[in-house]
Amino acid sequence: MTGSTADWPLWEVFVRSRRGVSHVHAGTVHAPDAELALQNARDLFTRRSEGISIWVVRSSDVTASDPDDREAFFDPAADKTFRHPTDFELPDDVANM
Amino acid sequence: MGNDDGAPAPEHDPRLARFDALIDADERIEPTDWMPDRYRDTLVRQIAQHAHSEIIGMQPEGNWLTRAPSLRRKAILTAKVQDEAGHGLYLYGAAETLGTPRDELLDRLHTGRQKYSSIFNYATLTWADVGAIGWLVDGAAIMNQVPLCRCSYGPYARAMVRVCKEESFHQRQGFQIMLELSTGTDGQRAMAQDALDRWWWPSIMMFGPPDAESVHGDQNMRWGIKRFGNDELRQKFIDATVPQADLLGLTIPDPDLRFDEETGHYVHGPIDWDHFWDVIKGNGPASRERISTRVAAHVEGAWVREAATAYAAKQTARVGTEHGGAAA
Ligand SMILES: [Fe+2]
Ligand SMILES: [Fe+2]
Repeated sequence: MTGSTADWPLWEVFVRSRRGVSHVHAGTVHAPDAELALQNARDLFTRRSEGISIWVVRSSDVTASDPDDREAFFDPAADKTFRHPTDFELPDDVANM
Repeated sequence: MGNDDGAPAPEHDPRLARFDALIDADERIEPTDWMPDRYRDTLVRQIAQHAHSEIIGMQPEGNWLTRAPSLRRKAILTAKVQDEAGHGLYLYGAAETLGTPRDELLDRLHTGRQKYSSIFNYATLTWADVGAIGWLVDGAAIMNQVPLCRCSYGPYARAMVRVCKEESFHQRQGFQIMLELSTGTDGQRAMAQDALDRWWWPSIMMFGPPDAESVHGDQNMRWGIKRFGNDELRQKFIDATVPQADLLGLTIPDPDLRFDEETGHYVHGPIDWDHFWDVIKGNGPASRERISTRVAAHVEGAWVREAATAYAAKQTARVGTEHGGAAA
């Protein structure tokens, strides 16, 4: 069929819902270029004023950690419980800490 | 397919053990996780058919966009139909994370290799049908979709959260149309009753065949793709809807319908499943029209997609020469 969109890249869409919060991943759109990706994302993810700012990033430009390496990759943090305040027991009468 | 890389026999595959452990812990499966081929195939089929239903579902109501009785109703109906397009896109996006490209999914719809919900093969004859669809069809869809927000496949569950947030307006605007008609003139009241008469049985068939006859039910429960049985959801819908019909002063077209004091549930009469299967096979009143309208829209929109592609290519080429010029 003509008008194939098979070559249109996939874009990851991030929406900032209001001032003071980060952009959050909302989903994906297909578009031939960034400008149309933004417009498609606006129509798809902010029909009810869910956003005041949108980022689009080509999915192929995202570098992700390897899920199969997950354990080795995140392991160094696992045994450092002293990074958490709960690791330090204090007497009951210490207040405001 | 998953085993041609020399992996151990499926039952001893450590990847399967990890997958099962995630499912047992009610954790979500994400696109980069290993998953059994059958889990992937089941999801691609279910999510794609769900997406197809959303976009085909634009047609019965789309027929009334130009004939809605007021500017306000026209705007509401346009917004609803746009939402359904959006639902289709959320879902195609979720299906694509499983590795099947969108063009391929649309092709499966256009060539009839994949189905969509049989409810959209009925015609919308009067304005009351728009009310009945919002009230009953979107109402039944909500019953089916809310549990899917907890589906084990992360992207599907997240898409469903978005969809469900938008659905309740759909049901309310439909019920309100029914309310306006049923408190209107005798003619309007008759129109509302006629719409209920035609949409009731197809709506309760939307939950699918009885669990005893449903083919993949158990495995899908095990995988956390399905959370409740078809009969259970159908019962919930009937229990919720009968009092609403009473409130409208309309009669549900089921002479056997009665409230069972003991169980606290409504008991309904026999459902004509032969009719259901016949509609699924493509013999519904508007089956052929739905697909041909969809294919025509796709073909007629080709020039828009071609123009957008050409424009993007031209912009890229221009940026290329500018950069080339600066380097020279
Ligand atoms: Fe929908
Ligand atoms: Fe809807």
